[in-house]
Amino acid sequence: MTHSISLTVNGARRDFQLDDPRVTLLDLLRERLQLTGTKKGCDRGQCGACTILVDGRRINSCLALAISHDGADILTIEGVARGDQLHPVQAAFIAHDGFQCGFCTPGQIMSAIGMMREAQAGDDPERIRECMSGNLCRCGAYAGIVDAVLEVQTHEASQRRSA
Amino acid sequence: MKPFDYVRPATIAEAVTAAAQPGATYLAAGTNLLDLMKGGVSRPDRLVDVTRLKGLDRIEHLADGSVRIGALVRNADLAHDMAFAKAYPAVAEALLSGASAQLRNAATVGGNLLQRTRCAYFYDPASRCNRREAGSGCDAHGGENRLHAVLGWSEGCIATHPSDFCVPLVALDAIVEIEGRSGRRELPLDELHRLPGAAPERETALEPGDLIVALRLPAVARDFAGHARYLKVRERTSYAFAVVSAAAALRIENGKISDARLALGGVAAKPWRARAAEAALKSVTPDAASFRAAAQAALADAKPSGDNAFKIELARRIVVRALTLAAAGTPARIPALPASPFASGALHA
Repeated sequence: MTHSISLTVNGARRDFQLDDPRVTLLDLLRERLQLTGTKKGCDRGQCGACTILVDGRRINSCLALAISHDGADILTIEGVARGDQLHPVQAAFIAHDGFQCGFCTPGQIMSAIGMMREAQAGDDPERIRECMSGNLCRCGAYAGIVDAVLEVQTHEASQRRSA
Repeated sequence: MKPFDYVRPATIAEAVTAAAQPGATYLAAGTNLLDLMKGGVSRPDRLVDVTRLKGLDRIEHLADGSVRIGALVRNADLAHDMAFAKAYPAVAEALLSGASAQLRNAATVGGNLLQRTRCAYFYDPASRCNRREAGSGCDAHGGENRLHAVLGWSEGCIATHPSDFCVPLVALDAIVEIEGRSGRRELPLDELHRLPGAAPERETALEPGDLIVALRLPAVARDFAGHARYLKVRERTSYAFAVVSAAAALRIENGKISDARLALGGVAAKPWRARAAEAALKSVTPDAASFRAAAQAALADAKPSGDNAFKIELARRIVVRALTLAAAGTPARIPALPASPFASGALHA
């Protein structure tokens, strides 16, 4: 039986015919839309490389059946920059060497963006580390990742104060 | 992953009918189920998607002082509900100590109650496991079992229940609301999960088609809000299951404990309510000697199921420290490292 679903992906509505309900959001993005920025690391919800925002919340796309998310609004790493202008988190990852090989980076950045929306960590490095613990980095770029997130958090906090 | 049919019922009654069929199972967020299906551990013929069922995603603070949590409320939303976290701080702390932020954003309350053991032999279809396949044997016995049960285990199964959330819930007398083929019924959470005994494959008291629709905490559970903690030892600081955990909640009046609640995680196939320890704490002064006596009572029946004798002494110490932290008072804000013995203030308690 074929199932029809529609998703909004990075602002554009997309319709899909699924002839098999087993497809995850991760595989749909990578194989049907060629949005390969979202990475398949463990494929079991342990590494965070597949992190995307669904209806504004960060989740592991490898553990989400596409068919169950019919109608969802999805943001991936391909959708966060504005043209050539990087998202502040992307720019901060470059400025602070928040990566080495880069494989986990899209998931790290999407997780950081999701974390900021959750507004639980503030500018406390320990809370940032805790809130980012679902994203593993085998290169061990954690110090740079925390510095990058901290810079954006601190910058946004100071902008709010001066606003 | 084995192929399956997918249905998305519009009502609870339709869902129950669909899920009562042999081979059918409920799908909520799927954070545990999909993992098990990818590994060939769960092989359902049909998934009954309950995520669109109406009215199951609310947190209701009722007039009688109790709280009713819909089964589809996401773990993160419950932990960050200000009124909930203030009234039931140990439950919020337990939630935030579990899994990762991404998983907590997706995982539901009902699914958390029904998550499966993390025993490596259960997870490996090439291993023998009485829980996964009745009567097949248990490779955890004599295997890598340093993290396995020390209470309530049987020759047939030494697995533990992995939930953090369930530990303070069972301490606070949570009630589970279930919709089944013969209508609505209620069950104390303490009776939802079964000890393995001779039938480890029967993990819960649920019957085919049964759907958990809500969870309730009674009004009296709020009375512990000033002295309630969850403490969890992990093999890494964050994003790991408990080696041992404890939820401790006290009422202290005129320098004496008037009521105590204690439950342990990571020690048995169910969240382990320590009623003998609670009785030992009644009307005593909240001090180190009382807490040590309670810890002895809590682990009196414990015995190793393999290379895990260390967990018994570890559990005693976690009980003492959780009670010490609870007696000191619930912090105004959940620590940066929720439930961690390494959080500031917890280390030297």
